[in-house]
Amino acid sequence: MNDATSVDSAPGIKEPDFSGIDRAALFAELARVLPADCLLIEHEDIKPYECDGLSAYRELPLAVALPREEAQVAAVLKICRKLGVPVVARGAGTGLSAGALPHKFGVILSLARFNRILKVDPAARLAVVQPGVRNLAISEAAAPFGLYYAPDPSSQIACTIGGNVAENSGGVHCLKYGLTVHNLIALRILTIDGELLELGSRAPDTPGFELLALFTGSEGLLGVVTEVTVKLTPKPQLAQCVLAAFDDVVKAGDAVAKIIAAGIIPAGLEMMDQPATAAVEQFVRAGYPLDAKAILLVEADGTPEEVAEEIAAVRKVLDGAGATEIRVSRDENERLKFWAGRKAAFPAAGRISPDYYCMDGTIPRRRLGEMLEAITQMEHKYGLRCINVFHAGDGNLHPLILFDANKPGELERTEEFGAEILELSVRLGGTITGEHGVGFEKINSMCVQFASPELTMFHRVKQAFDPAGLLNPGKAVPTLHRCAEFGRMHVHHGQLPHPDLPRF
Amino acid sequence: MNQLTQYYADTLRAAARGGGKVVPRGGGSKDFYGRATVGEILSLADYRGIINYDPTELVLTARAGTPLAEIEALLAEQNQCLAFEPPHFGSGATLGGAVAAGLSGPRRMQTGPLRDFVLGTKIMDGRGDILKFGGEVMKNVAGFDVSRLLAGSLGSFSLILEVSVKVLPRPPYEATLRMAVPEAEALARLNSWGGQPLPLAASAWYDGQLTLRLAGAHAAVDAACSKLGGSRLEADAASAFWNSVREQQDAFFGGGEALWRLAVPTTAAPLSVPGRQFIEWGGGLRWWKSDAPASVIRSAAQAVGGNATLFRGGDRRDERFTPLPLAQLRLHQGLKKAFDPNNVFDASRLYAELA
Repeated sequence: MNDATSVDSAPGIKEPDFSGIDRAALFAELARVLPADCLLIEHEDIKPYECDGLSAYRELPLAVALPREEAQVAAVLKICRKLGVPVVARGAGTGLSAGALPHKFGVILSLARFNRILKVDPAARLAVVQPGVRNLAISEAAAPFGLYYAPDPSSQIACTIGGNVAENSGGVHCLKYGLTVHNLIALRILTIDGELLELGSRAPDTPGFELLALFTGSEGLLGVVTEVTVKLTPKPQLAQCVLAAFDDVVKAGDAVAKIIAAGIIPAGLEMMDQPATAAVEQFVRAGYPLDAKAILLVEADGTPEEVAEEIAAVRKVLDGAGATEIRVSRDENERLKFWAGRKAAFPAAGRISPDYYCMDGTIPRRRLGEMLEAITQMEHKYGLRCINVFHAGDGNLHPLILFDANKPGELERTEEFGAEILELSVRLGGTITGEHGVGFEKINSMCVQFASPELTMFHRVKQAFDPAGLLNPGKAVPTLHRCAEFGRMHVHHGQLPHPDLPRF
Repeated sequence: MNQLTQYYADTLRAAARGGGKVVPRGGGSKDFYGRATVGEILSLADYRGIINYDPTELVLTARAGTPLAEIEALLAEQNQCLAFEPPHFGSGATLGGAVAAGLSGPRRMQTGPLRDFVLGTKIMDGRGDILKFGGEVMKNVAGFDVSRLLAGSLGSFSLILEVSVKVLPRPPYEATLRMAVPEAEALARLNSWGGQPLPLAASAWYDGQLTLRLAGAHAAVDAACSKLGGSRLEADAASAFWNSVREQQDAFFGGGEALWRLAVPTTAAPLSVPGRQFIEWGGGLRWWKSDAPASVIRSAAQAVGGNATLFRGGDRRDERFTPLPLAQLRLHQGLKKAFDPNNVFDASRLYAELA
């Protein structure tokens, strides 16, 4: 855990060993700076923090800190820095990549109590909020001024803005309104040394490097957010949705390309394959055509004039692209009904199967047909079913692999299935994660996405913020040692006599 | 191209051995920007060419030395554009140079700044190693966002070799309105309009005249025109005007005084600085032609939560950008060292203290 001594020694080769931590000293020091109700160390108290939204991975931390004041956060960080203890920051714990999975020898730093909206400034179109504020609460606070916070991850009723910053969260409206990084104005962060930094500013440009962008999506590896200033967007007067059915998934994919080629950037552009449609239809009865091989949802928003113009243009493109059926929402109820099916995809998967595993690869849209065909083959190979929902506008695919964790070997087969999808995403020119983050879940897939020089550079960037490597260690960026192990396992994959053996 | 990258790597390694500095340069159109450079110019003008462009994926990838004009002409054929409207400031402007300078044009407040459009990069670090970050897809959260970190870095820690940018369809329809409004009233109106669903795509205020550009669906633009009032400019005149703002060819930008660029919150009240002023970006960008001392102009910007850059004129040995707080500076130095441990890239163009 020594700080790098030479100028160009490469960090991130091996994971540091934190097992020698002095627990008694840690608890004593934390108790000195935190009131009793802000520090949890008993097993039954820390148990709820053992996992985030991806419950397949669980670990108990040494302690959970629940500070109320920024100064307490700084004090916790300084203690951990001094004692060499890992720190895992946590918002609502809704993440899907085990990014907030506790470290066995670390402290969970929960920002849940930082839940105040400090300011909504309608003239400047911004809100200043604490990191534990829920995503949807910002839009609710801005609604009286005709404004809202645009990024809308599916967990928006529960997920926190601090978590959104850590993951650079997306949603169904990213193509037109951007990801979290496009809707941030400024961040107040604490470094591992407990030092405050302001990244970005209310001015449209900030001097120096683009640290705000670098920090966004850094998965708790660079610092801890204590305040977020977000951009608010004027609420569109009207939204209208088109539902189109296709007798072939490739035709549906081509229709998406044709919409873009026609110069249209819809507010939402989603695709579902037939198994996904069938699954949600049993569940919410959205009225989706069950004989369609794929359906598209295309949403237009804006002034009534803009929406009318865009819907007409979309209709024309869909007609030309061979849609077998086109419906345009006649009122808000019908629009919400169209969306109800798409939004119920995850719970529907949970209803038709004991467990499901959501993947998050992004691919160039033109490769969709190849990807779906490959997934069908993988279903046979692994003996598991998969339903596909797709943020088609930006190429972000969410295959939901259905499995039963109680059946021996199914979880392992599912993970291998998922990893193969991610490897194919990379080969098709895409990425292993579009919006859920790498976390612990996809740490091995990072070895497929990036070569050693890039991974080493990520470790160097981290080192500039966190020289001792204490912030969320073992997540997001694999060590070279880990990639070497993973690569070796891959070479022998398929020849292993016991495919259900644990990987590490 | 491999020969060129080999040459770049050799140059960087030679500089590391000899203790020299390297200054990456595209077309040289923004040579005026930042502090005076120190070191050997490394030209990327020959490292050019569009590598991939698929209009339906909304992505273009090109080598750093590719002229912006070439890229924009190709995009125009497909009715697409670089929505952040990077200023060229000269016929040789390149994509790599635009990213290194990080400057956005009149449409910035509607579409976002240049950095928002950078999806991926291939760079050469100070060791001479080639690294790839990001990619050609819109949504990608694998690894730290090094690509966006390069926007505005002025060649201070890496050589940009390739860039993938998000492109957008050109707005189907545009209109430009002009009205006589005093400064304070113009700022108030711009902030109020900014909070409404109006297709505002640029604003400029100078000498009591407010000019607005609206862009979007035909019907929406027409509806906004009737709502906002003022007189409508002819299409040719409008296009010439916005180009003169983007390229700083408007009469305002002439004259002998220094040109200061003040980025401030859009809601900041009128600033009191000696000289002439031109306001863009809904009030967020305030250009001043002024010979007032730097301290006077910097404190005017900082008093309202903004920052001031000495953009053109003045002494190139002075600080041009607003100095960083100490904690920020240390972090900048740490990042610079991560990419450029031997300090071969001239960072003094950004800050003397970073060199």
